[in-house]
Amino acid sequence: MLSDKDRIFTNLYGQNEWRLAGARARGDWDGTAAILARGRDAIVAEMKASSLRGRGGAGFPTGLKWSFMPKVSDGRPAYLAINGDESEPGTCKDREILRHEPHKLIESALIASFAMGAHTAYIYIRGEYWNETRHLQFAIDEAYEAGLIGPNACGSGWDFDFFIHRGAGAYICGEETAMLESIEGKKGLPRMKPPFPAAMGLYGCPTTVNNVESIAVAATILRRGAAWFAGLGRPNNTGSKLMAISGHVNRPCVVEEELGVPLRDIIETHAGGVRGGWDNLLAVIPGGCSVPLIPKSVCDTVLMDFDSLRAAQSGLGTAAIIVMDKSTDVIRAIARFSRFYKHESCGQCTPCREGTGWMMRVMYRMVEGRAEPEEIDMLDQVTRQVEGHTICALGDAAAWPIQGLIRHFRPVMEERIRAYKAVHGTPAVVTPDNLPIAAE
Amino acid sequence: MSGHASAENIGHGSPGHAPAPSTHEQPSSFTFDAQSEAEIGRILAKYPEGRQASGVMPLLYLVQDQMRRQTGSAWIPRVAMDAVARRLTMPPIRVYEVATFYLMFNIRPVGRYHLQICTTTPCWLRGSDEVVAACKAVAGVSKFEEMSPDGMFTLTEVECLGACVNAPMMQVNDDYYEDLDGDSTRRLLEALKRGETPPRGPQIDRYNSAPVGGRTTLLGEVGERSADGQPDRHPDTV
Repeated sequence: MLSDKDRIFTNLYGQNEWRLAGARARGDWDGTAAILARGRDAIVAEMKASSLRGRGGAGFPTGLKWSFMPKVSDGRPAYLAINGDESEPGTCKDREILRHEPHKLIESALIASFAMGAHTAYIYIRGEYWNETRHLQFAIDEAYEAGLIGPNACGSGWDFDFFIHRGAGAYICGEETAMLESIEGKKGLPRMKPPFPAAMGLYGCPTTVNNVESIAVAATILRRGAAWFAGLGRPNNTGSKLMAISGHVNRPCVVEEELGVPLRDIIETHAGGVRGGWDNLLAVIPGGCSVPLIPKSVCDTVLMDFDSLRAAQSGLGTAAIIVMDKSTDVIRAIARFSRFYKHESCGQCTPCREGTGWMMRVMYRMVEGRAEPEEIDMLDQVTRQVEGHTICALGDAAAWPIQGLIRHFRPVMEERIRAYKAVHGTPAVVTPDNLPIAAE
Repeated sequence: MSGHASAENIGHGSPGHAPAPSTHEQPSSFTFDAQSEAEIGRILAKYPEGRQASGVMPLLYLVQDQMRRQTGSAWIPRVAMDAVARRLTMPPIRVYEVATFYLMFNIRPVGRYHLQICTTTPCWLRGSDEVVAACKAVAGVSKFEEMSPDGMFTLTEVECLGACVNAPMMQVNDDYYEDLDGDSTRRLLEALKRGETPPRGPQIDRYNSAPVGGRTTLLGEVGERSADGQPDRHPDTV
């Protein structure tokens, strides 16, 4: 497990001063100009060598993403757009960076922008994070005042501006192209790709979109070296990661931990264990609500990293660990996520717009047991017709939790149906007169 | 910025492409006040020349804040959307689209305290049902989207607010109140009714998102600001 000397976010809980003086005392803004002086290619090479994978959910290699930006400008400016629209249920890690480590983010944003030839970075912060936004804005003002950003940032000769754009309550804006649309002043409807943002992003200009945490670790990686970071975790799953442990644990918390540590150790060491003991565990959603749940039998041994969780037919996602003990109505827990996706679908693609509502309605019938056993297969089939058939990944994200439920808890669903029938008899045949209508 | 008051002072009767009609009264005019005017220039300076449409969300927030200052209810009347459209030289429909797409823009009046209660699974697992019941009981409303008879509270059910390790929680206007249960929710609302502003953040003895009972990491890193075990009730006085 990670030792304190290897932690990046040393003010994670705000236990120390978050403003500039405190940040400097923790080593932020130390030798930033020297890092920039290494040059763009060297910085990108170092980030690649660290094997950092994106911390926002998809896990795309960060250094590689930076390298997609044009080396020579065709006259258009380049932009860094930082995704702070943290809205994936279970996820509350970027919040800690914004309110307690804002200078790590600003310094790293400067370095990242320099490495991709951008003089301007925008950060999109979910609108509800009002107090977190105030912290970051205060820190930005401090950084301008101290000459750390702005013209000739840190005396490096590089001009750099950093602006906040607040979202306003739309999960879909966490999708990178929807976020760009939103910054441009439009509804957050994801764009078709290609063109990818690196070719045509914000205002039609080359843009890289990175998660808050992916950016915020950059300065420390460059200061301590790629080898140090790559020495943590496991190959292809390097480094440390902020994890949020919520649900039925004794002491929910956010913590920075090394990738590749057993899930059970993380829950027991940092979150005080499962309520009622490990044997009272039912299932865990290990990476925010979009990834399929894993039952206790998998949780017993699985490691907390990209590849291990993928092998368990789930995913690391944002490393938001939602724990459910045996008192949980797991069908209802997943049905509530179906309602979430139905609420958050932007409505652009038919399979998602109609599919999320359809899946939600069937899921709530499954909660009651007011269904036929064959409908479980039909539900599974419909999730697969939504998955992969939409512009963005929201359709996939709506499908996967249900697939995970059916994969691991089908007997519970069948039992619910039997119990309903025992009380109410066979559910009434659906006729055109009582058929639920799609739109609501 | 040109923007002086008279340019924004409207009150024409043409409905245009208005958002869905509602039962409440729409004011006949909206004018940015001095405080909003000062903000507009600062906002538009963030975006490149010709990209002033990027200012639509920040300006809608300005409207909402100004309405809260002026009327006690943070919402966006249609005439204000038109004022934003004119200021940004956008077709009004583009502003209506944005105002109606994003949940945080209130297109009808809300109570003095807008209670946004998270009921998504992480909060539900830890008892958001109790929080909802307590809010309904104290506010005296029977369902979401309803304003209390005294205009004090509007309850809105929201999706995950991103504070899941401090579940269950809710947002009261701009502030998060975390680690709630039925009793602490009732106490919170009673205090709001008395005109008090209880400290935001965890409502139990807890330090931000650290585990209850103390940190498991970052030991020996405590600086001068606050000692562990003493919840940071006022993390910022920015």
